[in-house]
Amino acid sequence: MKFYFFHLMPYADLDQSYSEKYNSAWVTLPNSYYDPSRGHGLYNRYLDELEYADVLGFDGIGVNEHHQNAYGLMPIPGVMAGILARNTKRARIAVLGRALPLLNNPLVVAEEYAMLDTISGGRLIAGFVRGIGAEYHSSGANPAESHDRFHEAHDLILRAWTETGPFAFEGKYYHFNYVNTWPRPFQQPHPPIWIPSQGSRETIEWASHSSRRYTYLQTFSPVSALARYMAMYKEEAEKQGYQAGPEQLGWALPIYVADTDARAHREAKPHIEAFINKFLRMPPEMLLPPGYLSMASMKGIARAKGAITGGAQTIDDWIEKGMFICGSPDTVRQTLAERQKQIGFGQLLALLQFGTLPHDLTKGSMERFAREVMPRLRAA
Amino acid sequence: MPEVKESTLRVDGCAVSVKRAGQGEPMLFLHGARGASRWLPFMASLAERFDLVVPEHPGYGRSEMPEWLDDVGDLAFFYLDFIKALGLGRVHLVGNSMGGWIAAELAVRSTRDLATLTLVSAAGIHVKGVPKGDIFLWSPETTMRNVFADPKFAEAALATPLSDEEQDLQLRNALATAKLGWQPRLYDPQLRKWLHRIDVPTLLIWGDSDKVFPPAYGEAYRDLIPSARLEIFERCGHLPHVEQAEKFVRTLTGFVAEARR
Repeated sequence: MKFYFFHLMPYADLDQSYSEKYNSAWVTLPNSYYDPSRGHGLYNRYLDELEYADVLGFDGIGVNEHHQNAYGLMPIPGVMAGILARNTKRARIAVLGRALPLLNNPLVVAEEYAMLDTISGGRLIAGFVRGIGAEYHSSGANPAESHDRFHEAHDLILRAWTETGPFAFEGKYYHFNYVNTWPRPFQQPHPPIWIPSQGSRETIEWASHSSRRYTYLQTFSPVSALARYMAMYKEEAEKQGYQAGPEQLGWALPIYVADTDARAHREAKPHIEAFINKFLRMPPEMLLPPGYLSMASMKGIARAKGAITGGAQTIDDWIEKGMFICGSPDTVRQTLAERQKQIGFGQLLALLQFGTLPHDLTKGSMERFAREVMPRLRAA
Repeated sequence: MPEVKESTLRVDGCAVSVKRAGQGEPMLFLHGARGASRWLPFMASLAERFDLVVPEHPGYGRSEMPEWLDDVGDLAFFYLDFIKALGLGRVHLVGNSMGGWIAAELAVRSTRDLATLTLVSAAGIHVKGVPKGDIFLWSPETTMRNVFADPKFAEAALATPLSDEEQDLQLRNALATAKLGWQPRLYDPQLRKWLHRIDVPTLLIWGDSDKVFPPAYGEAYRDLIPSARLEIFERCGHLPHVEQAEKFVRTLTGFVAEARR
């Protein structure tokens, strides 16, 4: 198993009482809740944490892209990745954005990723996402075009990386007379591509296609869903005539490690519950604009009304569903080993800072994870 | 009461579901974002006086989503072909909200087959500094409360849960509305430049309490269409044909009679 330290860079100083007045930390929460001097402190603290993960021996570090929200302060993840490309030396750098359908010119991603890959000496992992539903409200991008734009932008970027330019690109949404990207990526033919998703058959069919074989990354999902989607990927690969390797299957989730189970639970509780109930808070219309999911998925969700919009959840709800792993090093190691054995993922993205978790607790959890959890699972 | 005939017609390669009832001069009603899967009291009333044709737009309700559908301009051309295919001749064209936008786009292209034009709380233009309601961010309950001025309509609608089939149709309708109107939000920046081309008698009906397109949108349409008259309904929301059905039918019928003279 390979281990990544993944950061969302939340605005941890958010006044938690915002929810008395506003129904989400996204799109419509006034940015007067944001204080620039606190932001300065947080950004630098979070970069320290990412750089420390390199020192601790994580295989990689990950940054992320979200817009106009308190949940994650990385609207331009390339800024963070650029800093990390210089200040880290060993870890791979995974950019688990860029939300391609939000862009009018996706060639900027081909350029940005090629720059990061070159500066870091080939350590970039190139993430391609559609962004979550809220992003379509904040950017104005049309969610009904989201899938088609994603696929077209992806094809454009891949061709820009792998074909000799200049060539013309004639798509429905993007049309260029001269595609001729300078620089070209350091890794040839191109950096590894990861596809983070909350789970959909369409995405898995596409990512697992034998011409792509991209790493599929399941984010923040119950372990039952994780198992289902990982099995789906393997089946799709078999239909395509190959066997999916563990490096193609990734899982991203929050994890907290302390000396004992009781202490871990006590320390993590307020911070993971802030993550769940404050930072992730969003009405269904914001999360799922029309067209963001396929019609079949939307029908399923409409039938199960209330399933995603239920009331406040606790740390125990998330632990029970396998969406949060929390405990002593032994507990965390055993839990991961069991799940890995059952499900067969080979990339683990640990969100070791979440919600309001302060620096000292984050650092302690990172150290225990790196020293007491990772080593014995490496061979798995 | 005239019998409602439901059929599926193929126009421009797209199978569209059409309801039709009544006799007299043809009237084509173009529905709004929530579709026209139900035959409503105002339709029954209009069918007493007109040959009323109510299609579900391509992409909406039980009609197919055609490959060629990208924007409201496509639907304007589609309905020009639809009018020709059905031989509706000199038709009274009525559109509400999204349907009003389609009707306006159709009329700037050609009024040859139009007897009159009626836009009811129509989308299609933007009035700077006058925000529209964010229909895509409203919950179903908020939507109901915002589209009616009189809360008893919202209460009644909310008290009647949608069947699974109706729920699926609403998902299709929402998808089509997003496809056509997400960005620029529910308008075509080019449309206002050409509204002066509309040379048939035009009636605009607006609720004074419309939270989707406030009455300033009706006023802007009135100023942009040379022969347009604006009727503002008091204590009325975004759906005058539902909320004040009798007055709506009376106003529309009176306008048509006047235009005939």
